[in-house]
This record gives sequence, structure tokens and C-alpha cells, in this order.
Amino acid sequence: MGRITLENVQKRFGEVEVIPPLNLTIEDGEFVVFVGPSGCGKSTLLRLIAGLEDVSGGEIRIDGRPATDLPPAKRGLAMVFQSYALYPHMSVRKNIAFPLKMAGMDQAEQDRRIAKAAEALNLTDYLDRRPGQLSGGQRQRVAIGRAIVREPAAFLFDEPLSNLDAALRVGMRMEISELHTTLATTMIYVTHDQVEAMTMADKIVVLRAGNIEQVGTPLDLYREPRNVFVAGFIGSPKMNLLEGEHARAHGCKTIGIRPEHLDVVDSGGTFTGKIGVAEHLGSDTFFHVHIPGMAEPMTVRASGEVGLRHGDPIHLAPQADKIHRFDDKGLRIS
Amino acid sequence: MATQHSRSAARLMIAPAVFVLLVWMLIPLCMTLYFSFADYRPMRATFEPWIGFDNYVSFVTSSSFTNSVITTLQMVGGILCITIAGGIALALLLDQPIFGQGVVRILVIAPFFVMPTVSALVWKNMFFNVDNGLFSYLYKALGLQPYDFLSQAPVFSIVVIVAWQWLPFATLILLTAVQSLSSEQLEAAEMDGAPGWARFWYIILPHLSRAITVVILIQTIFLLSVFAEIFVTTNGAFGTRTLTYLVYQRVLESQNIGLGSAGGIIAVILANIVAIFLMRIVGKNLDN
Ligand SMILES: Nc1ncnc2c1ncn2[C@@H]1O[C@H](COP(=O)(O)OP(=O)(O)OP(=O)(O)O)[C@@H](O)[C@H]1O
Ligand SMILES: [Mg+2]
Repeated sequence: MGRITLENVQKRFGEVEVIPPLNLTIEDGEFVVFVGPSGCGKSTLLRLIAGLEDVSGGEIRIDGRPATDLPPAKRGLAMVFQSYALYPHMSVRKNIAFPLKMAGMDQAEQDRRIAKAAEALNLTDYLDRRPGQLSGGQRQRVAIGRAIVREPAAFLFDEPLSNLDAALRVGMRMEISELHTTLATTMIYVTHDQVEAMTMADKIVVLRAGNIEQVGTPLDLYREPRNVFVAGFIGSPKMNLLEGEHARAHGCKTIGIRPEHLDVVDSGGTFTGKIGVAEHLGSDTFFHVHIPGMAEPMTVRASGEVGLRHGDPIHLAPQADKIHRFDDKGLRIS
Repeated sequence: MATQHSRSAARLMIAPAVFVLLVWMLIPLCMTLYFSFADYRPMRATFEPWIGFDNYVSFVTSSSFTNSVITTLQMVGGILCITIAGGIALALLLDQPIFGQGVVRILVIAPFFVMPTVSALVWKNMFFNVDNGLFSYLYKALGLQPYDFLSQAPVFSIVVIVAWQWLPFATLILLTAVQSLSSEQLEAAEMDGAPGWARFWYIILPHLSRAITVVILIQTIFLLSVFAEIFVTTNGAFGTRTLTYLVYQRVLESQNIGLGSAGGIIAVILANIVAIFLMRIVGKNLDN
């Protein structure tokens, strides 16, 4: 079981309020991802849940029981750190065994759990090595192994993949997702990589300056961002946000059009401009289009190979039903 | 790391320093070696350049030799224990955020800057003195008989004095080591359910092992030659005669330069054996 409830949880470092009172419920077995720009308080929030920081106010409940004043060890949560935080002088086996040893578990049960975890994470051949003799991905797996042997109520991950290279990151992403399916344990995952957020999450929590901007499934956030910030943050490449006459034409302050919802047409269209940078990825082509009267270039995503290049004129037509409209306060108008 | 060219340049530039160092060390060493095979007693105007190993034999076979070796080992061992244990404790304390941290750190380091002779005199007269020492006042205040540290527990007293001087060194090295421990490791251990003592035993202590090794090595080398503290406090009496002190007595008090030189050479050899021995144990620790 791992249902975590935050009620008016608040955190101040001295005078600085990093997290204003915040409410959030994480259901049992859910994979929740915290995303947000750097310094928005994701790690702090995670550490508050873990008990590594004391809350300045509010209440944390785990499975309905108050956990606000419990020390980290008593909360039954396991954490995987960005720097792995393995114990360098212990072998992989001892690293994984450490939480079990601290819990005073008998040797046979320890061995059984270590073997099971090592098998699940492909670490069986490395059990007698030191962390220093492992690659980044293997170290990450050891850190995860150390977390799963305890069979915690929930896992907390703080940017666990940010030290890995791109290819390995994709691999580990899938391994963690698979782990979540097999264990069906609550996982809270902090990242600022929105691809990780979109692909792994059951529920995404978008944070800005300690405030929750929106909570929802990845597709909810993609389809119906609650405000301009979420609209700009979720989706890659970023949504084009336009103000001024184009927005007024739709009767609002700001309109947002995702790059994939702009069609390249031969003539006419709403926007006409010149291609600045063209990125040909094969499967997709990204154009950064300079449109007269607009400060920012507009990003367009065309699927497949498109035979246009730098300097060519281009006509763009937004898909009418995919235009997002936002009011003066930046909130969505539906 | 270097190219052929930069390596030879480096050798050339190091040469003068190496030369000076060699002259500095080799000439005294050669002269000691030379005297150790001679019967040289200036007060009696005896000088016979070659008497073989007689000096060595008589130095080693005298009963004071074995005693001095034992005393030396006791002292070095005692001082190491106190400085390491105290150093770890102080390092952990100083790592905590406390009010006036900077001042406290300087205060802790201060004893290291006091000359050995001075600190020995201060300890002797201010603390250990039976009539006026602070410890005597303390004993009297508690209604106890004052204790004459320097004659009742002389080795212990000297260990305390020298340990007090070397504690800052150990603390300083161990403090830098404590500070280099990543806080995430401690947090991970905390989440893994390790109570305070377990975090110390399984995480902090192994992390410090390298620094502890360095402290032991460096201190041993210096502690083998402790002299001023003994000279000032007990003058080698009450079984505080270490090997260094014995050599001094042979040369200056008995005016037997040949015998003293032989003792000096033996001390050098013993020190080297200890050093090699330590390097062996400790080198393994430094490797990984
Ligand atoms: N111990 C601390 N003392 C004072 N301020 C802190 C402390 N820890 C974090 N902060 C501040 O709290 C804010 C949130 O920090 P946090 O580490 O949670 O950000 P984050 O969202 O994890 O960022 P990143 O994506 O860069 O890791 C930052 O502005 C940071 O400066
Ligand atoms: Mg962070």
C-alpha cells in the first residue's frame, strides 16, 4: 500500500518560501511525475515526502497514517538519488543488503531477496564488484536494487537518469516503467525531462515556484493545458504562443498552437513567412519560420521528409479545432 | 602525462633540490655511520677509528635498549589512539553548523602552533604540578589526595602532552575528510533505516579510513622522534626513556659519541622497519 496525501504542506528556508501551502493526493500504485523548471522545488517536495527535510507547516499522510513527524526510516519509503549515493566501500551485494541488515532480517531471507532483485535488474554477475567498477547504468540499477529489496510502500526517484547518456536513458526509462508494472508500487519520480514525464507517468504534476500548476494524465496536459505555463512546458517542440492581432481574432489574450498542428500548405494559409532553420530528422522535419510582425520564430513540425530548406517561403494553416485560447490571466478558455 | 621533453626538463629542474636534500641528509648520515664504528669519547680523548661492531653490540645488549624500545612503542601507540579517537570526535563536532564556527576551528588548531618545549613546560607547571597544578586543585576540590602525574604516571603524562599537540593535526585532516563525504550517502543510509551509530560505523568510518591511514603514517614518523617533551618534563627518568632519548643520553651525558651513533643508526633502521611495515598495511588501504 502506498497512498500519500499532502495537506497544506509548506516549506520555508529561512525567509524564503520555497513551497507555498500545497495539496496533493497520490493514489496507491500510481506512477506520479513531478516536472517543472529548474529550482521550482521538485527535489524539495520529494525530500519533504521522504522526511529528509522537515515541513514548515501542513500534514503528510502515508496510507492514512500521519507521517509528518516520522523519521525517514519509519515512513517505509525508498529513495533513489540522482548521484546514486551508493556506498563506495561496499560490494554491490552489501549495498543491496544494507537496508535489510539494518532491519535485522535473517541471512537466508536477505540472500533470497538479493538474488531476486539482482535477477530482475540483471546484476547477478556484478554482485561482488564495488560500485566504482560499474558503469553508470549498472550503478543506477544497484541503487534501484537497494530500493526494491526493502519492498517499500512507495519509491521516490530524484532525476535518476540525468547522469546517463541518451541511449542508456531510454533503456533505463523502460526498465523503470516495467518495474512499475511488475511491482505495482507507488512511484514518485522527479525530472525536468518532459519526454520522461510524458512516457512514464500515470499522472503528471507540473510545478512552478513551488505551486502546482496542473495535475493530470500526460494526454490531459497535452490536450488541455490549464494555463499558458503548462501549455508552454508540456510538449516538444514547445507550443507556439501568439499574442496581439492573431489572438484578438480568436477573442482572447493569447492563443497557442502546437507545432504538429500547423499544416504546411502550398498557398494561402493563415501565416506566411520565411524558413529560418530547418531541422531534417528523417521521420519529422522541424521548421523555424520567421513571420513578418512576429518577434519569435514559429515552430512547425511536418511529418516525413519535406523538400523545403532555409530561406524558402512557407505557408502555414493551423488546424482550427487544435487552437488553445487563454485569457488575460493566462488561464484556458474552453 | 608528460612528453619525453617535459620529463627531462622536469628532471633538470628538480636536480638542485634533490642535490641539496642529498647533501643535507647524506653527510650527517655518513658521519654517524663512520662514528658508529669508532671508539670516540672526546672527554677522555679516545679516538680509535675502527673497532668493528662493538658499539652496536653493547648498545643492543644493554638492558636500557629493550626498555627504551618498549617505551617508544607505548608512547607512539598511546598518542595515536588518543589523537585518532579525539580527532574523529572533534572533526564530527566541528562539521556541525555551530555558532562561531570559524573561531572554534582556529582555537582547535592553535595547539599545533605552540612549540613542543613551551607546551611541555605549560603542562608540567600549570596542570601536572603537585603543589600548584590545576589538576591538584581539582583533586583537592573533590576531596582527593593530589596525584603526582609526572612521577606516578610519567608515560601517560607525556602521552597526554604530545597527544594534545598532535590532536589539531589529526582533527584538521579528518575534518577535511568528513566534509568530503557526500550528504546524499548519509541521507541514503538514513532512508535505509540506519540509526546514528550505524551511519557512523558503516558509512563515515570507512570513508575516513584513508585519512586515518595518512594521519597514522605521518604522525608515527614524527612521534618516533619525540624529544623535547621528555627532556622538559622527566628528563628520561621514571621509565620515559625512548630510543631517541637513549641515543641523546649516550652521546651527550656519557659523552660516548661512538655508542650514541650506533644507537642512532639502529634507531634509523628500526624506524624504517616500522615505516615499511606501516606502508604495507596502509598502502593497501590507500590503493582502493
Ligand atoms: N537547503 C536549502 N537552503 C535554502 N534554499 C534552498 C535549500 N535547498 C533548496 N533551496 C532552494 O529551494 C528552491 C528549490 O530547490 P529544489 O532543489 O527543490 O529545486 P528543483 O526543482 O529540484 O531544481 P532542479 O531541477 O534544478 O533540481 C531553489 O530556489 C533553491 O535555491
Ligand atoms: Mg532537484
